[in-house]
Formats: sequence, C-alpha cells, structure tokens
Amino acid sequence: MKAAVVTFPGSNCDDDCVFALEKLCQFEVDRLWHKETPSLDSYDLIVLPGGFSYGDYLRCGAIAALSPVIEKVKQFGGDGGIVLGICNGFQMLCEMGLLPGALAKNDHLNFVCKEVEVEVMTTDSPWTCKMGVGDKLALPIAHGDGRFVISEKDYEDLKRQGQIIFSYTVNPNGSAYGIAGICNQKKNILGLMPHPERATDLGSRDGMKIWKSLKHHLEEHRQ
Amino acid sequence: MKARVHVFYKDSVFDPQGNTLAQSLKRIGFARVTDVRVGKVIDIQLDNTSREDAKRDLQKMCEKLLANPVIESFKYELMGE
Repeated sequence: MKAAVVTFPGSNCDDDCVFALEKLCQFEVDRLWHKETPSLDSYDLIVLPGGFSYGDYLRCGAIAALSPVIEKVKQFGGDGGIVLGICNGFQMLCEMGLLPGALAKNDHLNFVCKEVEVEVMTTDSPWTCKMGVGDKLALPIAHGDGRFVISEKDYEDLKRQGQIIFSYTVNPNGSAYGIAGICNQKKNILGLMPHPERATDLGSRDGMKIWKSLKHHLEEHRQ
Repeated sequence: MKARVHVFYKDSVFDPQGNTLAQSLKRIGFARVTDVRVGKVIDIQLDNTSREDAKRDLQKMCEKLLANPVIESFKYELMGE
C-alpha cells in the first residue's frame, strides 16, 4: 500500500500524516514537495495535510490550490484515485473545485483548538466502511476558517447522494448543517476539518478508525 | 495603470468580522449603524496599454484567484485618468 503526503510551504500536519500511515498503518509513504509533478499512478492514496499553506494569505488554501502538483492531484482524483484533504487540505479541495462549498471564517471569529465529537453519517465510503452509522468519534480540530458554507441546492445534492460523511454533534464554528466532512459524488475524494492523524496514539485514538477503514477499503479494491 | 479590486463575502454569507464591528460601533455611540461588511482591497499595477484589455485580465484574475465565487463577490476599478 503506497501513499504520498504533499507538503506545501506552511504545512504542519504532514509529519503526523506520515507517522499515522507509515508507523501505524504500514503504508509505504513518499513525501512530495508541492512543486514536484511526478506521475502519481503508483499511489493508492494522496494526502493533502493540514497547516497554514502560504500563511493563509488571501484565503485559506487558495494559493496552494494553484501549486504545480495540484494538476496531478486533480488528474489522480478524476481517475478515481483516493484523495484525502485534512483541514487546510479540505480548504484546498474546495478551492480546487474538487469538492463543493467553501470554508469561511468561524462564526465566532476565534481560532478553535479542541477535541470535538463527530458523528458518522454513512458507512458507504472508503473512510467509514469499518464503522457504523451514528458512531461517535472524538477528534481534534484546530482552525480559524472552518465554517463550511454551501448553497441550499448543493446541500440537497450532498444529502441525497450520501456525500456528507461526518457531522459535528455540537457545531464548533457555524458550519452549515453542522457538516464536518464531505466527499465527492464518486466518493473517492474526502475533505474534513477534524484531524484523524492527531488522534492515533496519544489521547483519543478514534482517528485510527478512519485510517483503518481506508486501509481496509484499499485492500478490498486492489487489483 | 493601477487597478483596485474589492472582495466581500456575498450578502448571503454571514460576515462575523462585520457583525463584530457593527456591535462595537453601536457600543461607542453610533446607534444608527445597521450593518457592516468587511472585505479586502487589492491594488494591482498593470502595464496593459488598453483599459479594455486590463479589465479583461482583472475579470479573469478575480475568477481564478482573487475571489472565491462560492462565498465571495468582487468588483474592480481602474484608477485615475
């Protein structure tokens, strides 16, 4: 099982993702610098990690979404490859147009850094296939711009197509419909604000449930 | 020539900074304030020779990077002349 974790200037969760994948889930992991544009064909998973790419200048994730590696990530995701965007990575996926909606400033303006409870909304996804609907996960969040904003119409589509993967049980930032994580229609691209890579071997270990689901899915679907 | 781009959250998107400023303005005595919206101003120097050409570029800049059409609206103006 092979994964690539992309580092942008200002990423700060890349090491945690590498640790979770390599040490705890036995993935073979390559680190990619955002200016590299290698073929991604040999990877089973691409991770866009959390952090503050480009200092959150202009809008969170907006400048990273134009990095050279991104064209390759779009191609990879378009071909059905599994892409995971965590926090800043989620913001990038929305800025890239791979996921609907956008992340705006938290409604209370505070940077929120704490453990929250997240509910599993569907098990029909690579990220939750080993869980149960309604399962609660304790996951850390750490963001100033995590308020998910989406049009009524796009929300109806998300709901109908089972693209809402995680919701907050208590809304920490004013996100529309309490949404914490969504995927695309083909369910191969996930973005979420909570950090599964920070809930692996210290404090809550619920992040492992996401990594284990993902690994199970990849093993099942490997040619 | 110099251009000025304005970017704001769309009216349909809650602007927590504007909301906070509105409350503060009221608290210090400006009771007639009914709404505040906070946006960004981006000044850009261009060496286009035609204003029409510059406007076309500005439109594309806003669509591709300077604003996020999902949550933001934008406008731009060419300064001077």
